[in-house]
Amino acid sequence: MNKNTLFYLALLTGLLFLAQSLLNDYYQRVLAVVFINIILTVSLNLTNGFVGDFSLGHAAFMSIGAYLSAVLTLPPASKAGLMPQLPAWLGQLEVPFLAATILGGLLAALVAAVVGIPVLRLRGHYLAVATLGLMVIVRVVAINWTAVTRGAKGINGLPAFTNLWWVFGWAVVTVYVVWRLVNSSYGRAMIAIREDATAAAARGVNVTAHRMLAFCVGAFFAGIAGALWGHLITAITPHSFSFLITFNVVVMLVVGGMGSISGSILGATVMTLVPEFLRRVETSLSLGGHPLYGLSQIIIAVTITLVMIFRRQGLLGGREVQLPRLFDRQRALPQARVDTTG
Amino acid sequence: MFSLPYIAQQVVNGLTLGSIYALVAIGLSIVYGILRLINFAHGDLLMVGAYLALALLLNTALPLGAAVLLPMIIVGGVGMLVERLAYRPLRGAPEVAMLITSLAVSSVIQNGTIMTLSAQPRAFRLPQELIAQQKVGVVSFSTLDVLSVAMAVGLMALLTLFVTRTRVGIAMRACAENLRAARLMGININQVIAYAFAIGSALAAAAGFMWAGRFGSIEPFMGFLPGLKAFVAAVIGGIGSIPGAMLGGYLLGFAEIFFVGFLPPELSGYRDAFVFALLLLVLLVRPRGLLATVAEREG
Repeated sequence: MNKNTLFYLALLTGLLFLAQSLLNDYYQRVLAVVFINIILTVSLNLTNGFVGDFSLGHAAFMSIGAYLSAVLTLPPASKAGLMPQLPAWLGQLEVPFLAATILGGLLAALVAAVVGIPVLRLRGHYLAVATLGLMVIVRVVAINWTAVTRGAKGINGLPAFTNLWWVFGWAVVTVYVVWRLVNSSYGRAMIAIREDATAAAARGVNVTAHRMLAFCVGAFFAGIAGALWGHLITAITPHSFSFLITFNVVVMLVVGGMGSISGSILGATVMTLVPEFLRRVETSLSLGGHPLYGLSQIIIAVTITLVMIFRRQGLLGGREVQLPRLFDRQRALPQARVDTTG
Repeated sequence: MFSLPYIAQQVVNGLTLGSIYALVAIGLSIVYGILRLINFAHGDLLMVGAYLALALLLNTALPLGAAVLLPMIIVGGVGMLVERLAYRPLRGAPEVAMLITSLAVSSVIQNGTIMTLSAQPRAFRLPQELIAQQKVGVVSFSTLDVLSVAMAVGLMALLTLFVTRTRVGIAMRACAENLRAARLMGININQVIAYAFAIGSALAAAAGFMWAGRFGSIEPFMGFLPGLKAFVAAVIGGIGSIPGAMLGGYLLGFAEIFFVGFLPPELSGYRDAFVFALLLLVLLVRPRGLLATVAEREG
């Protein structure tokens, strides 16, 4: 960590203090969702942007993380009431939030590994269908495994642990880990796979292993995001994590530009705030007395189609935006630009 | 353990469900074979077909045949239109770009339906003589079941004639084999692709009628699951191959019905999970499917 990074982290922390004291509950919640979406988008970028596979599994991994962390953090007293059939040792267990979150992420990564073994040997876009299938499997299990998940009723009354600091902290960790990964030899191998998998394999890159690594790390952070989301909303059902969530994360990724971490952050921020605004407009709109529900999703989807046709590289086009360096001992030297497009 | 009539009944059920999957899978498979596009909007065209059929049944005195045929024609046109507007501008773009676009198209169709017709499920009632269960010998089925299977088989026979006997059909198979070579041979690939979308969408609309008749209600998101399962069917049969899609559709229909019919009832809630677990299994042991035409290892 150099001085620049520390300075910007301190600046963000200060801004967050301000936000916490100035903003009302609604805006604080929107801000928390922005950070959760940053975690989701940056982690999805690893598989979809850097390796060039196409995962649609983020809703499934969120669901796994949310359910496991919920079962772990609920106090034994409420568990006895909500889930009487729970095994005794699990019923007595009460795990701190941080540990529950990490365990949720680890389980999501484990499931990703199980799905990845058959799928990641194949062409990248089989992954899209297999991960959507995983979403259906996770939902079906959540509906039918009533002893642990309470079935379609879902689990409510989760402790409201998630606050701005948790989501901010995890967003920083996600960005840091993904950034370090992408700018390491692993990351260069991933980008090589995206550009030409056959050539990468011929050069001695273990293609399947690197795809697996990206997919599992992405799933881990999606699981974390699910746990955070569950403890923010404090109620989860099998239908909380639908295809719509996955689609919206893909939209954020595409708008920001696949293969750019700063693009993901930008895309997640813009595409959380714009639909939030559109939704408020939508509820007040009508056409001859006919309400126009669904209009905001249509606008988003048409935007994506246009982005795909006219500006496929997204806002940042796979490049990174660098914040100005304020403390730099080598200011006289020309700056090496971090270019992840390789 | 299981009586013979019970087993026969399950076979009949599998045949009906398999017909629907086969019809949807064909459209996905043709398009995938030519463009390497997983068309996530395919299931939504099934939904549009069901809504159109309902509108015709409720508001007009047209015979039932027209309520099946007209939506097929209209949805076939919609499929061509979608291809023209959303996919053709992306010709030559990375496969991922088309995949994302198909997700967006799916979202537009679903939310357009919600906006114009609301998200409420609607009852899809066919005349009583169609859905009444009749007992013939040891098994019982409705006239709709018979019609569904007969129609599916008839449409598939027509399609087989089309792709083996007509110029466009043969060109379509050539495109699936190798798009670039087909273009170099002077085949108008845009025309072939438009035909592929029209045929696939029309078949999906027919399947939509059967699906709606079978379950008795329709809603804007109804296309998601059959669309996804049909893809599983296409993968089982060998994606890109039309006979493969038919075979895969029936195999998946039987597998799903047998899973529910012959395993302990407390497992039947897991039937959708079973279908996708089957997909993972097939991808593990035979990723190119049973009748594969396309090389699907790393490419």
